[in-house]
Amino acid sequence: MVPLSAYLAVAAILFTIGVFGVLFKRNSIIVLLSIELMLNAANINLVAFSKFGIYPDTAGQIFSLFVIAVAAVEAAVGLAILILYFRNRGTININEMDIMKR
Amino acid sequence: MTGEYIAFFIFAFMSITGAVLVINLTRVIHMVLAMGLTFLGVAGLFLILNAEFLAFVQVLIYAGAITIMMALGVMMTNQHHEKQVRRRWHSFFAFVGAVTIGGTVFYGIYKTPWVCNPSGFDENNILTIGERMFTEYVVPFEIASVLLLVALIGAVLIAKREGDQ
Repeated sequence: MVPLSAYLAVAAILFTIGVFGVLFKRNSIIVLLSIELMLNAANINLVAFSKFGIYPDTAGQIFSLFVIAVAAVEAAVGLAILILYFRNRGTININEMDIMKR
Repeated sequence: MTGEYIAFFIFAFMSITGAVLVINLTRVIHMVLAMGLTFLGVAGLFLILNAEFLAFVQVLIYAGAITIMMALGVMMTNQHHEKQVRRRWHSFFAFVGAVTIGGTVFYGIYKTPWVCNPSGFDENNILTIGERMFTEYVVPFEIASVLLLVALIGAVLIAKREGDQ
């Protein structure tokens, strides 16, 4: 039986890499993908606790399903915004997204 | 070393390798494909955790839909290489922030005495998930469907070319 902390450690590593990708990457699409990675790490935690918690319950899996639905929505709308931005400005580099700062 | 351990190490290695490759590769389309590897590894972890339906949904939505959609987005926005121009302290502070968050979470994981009770878990839980989804969680389910509809219309409206009508 793989212990609970092993799953939590994998999820923590994925979440850390996701945070680093959001802060470090300059391409907006990769930033969106890093957000998906963080949501996936949260899903691993939910599913692991639905099996290994003090009161094992399928509610964790149901919540992960809702998280997946919201993540799909967020990816679709985010990508639509990025395509619109690219059409108007010709770049999706996150350093050049400063219209509302000027 | 049982089969469960071997499967866990393979899938954990897949997911972490994919995530590290996303940070390190240079071409954007390769990053998206490496992210697909990560999603498949996470689906395998769900399988080991007796969440078969969730593993199926993960492969279908993440590895199928989101990866392909991001690849199409990369092709439409036509960025071949990531520009290397960056502010001097930016990557340092990004690294410090990520390591701080990760270290805090790891400290919490290894300091907490986890009480495990996997014996009470229902092994065949797809039936349970279906029943609870349509009785106990029916209102969030309907709200999620409305959210998907709104996102569908909104994404079409946002990305529509402006001079088309």
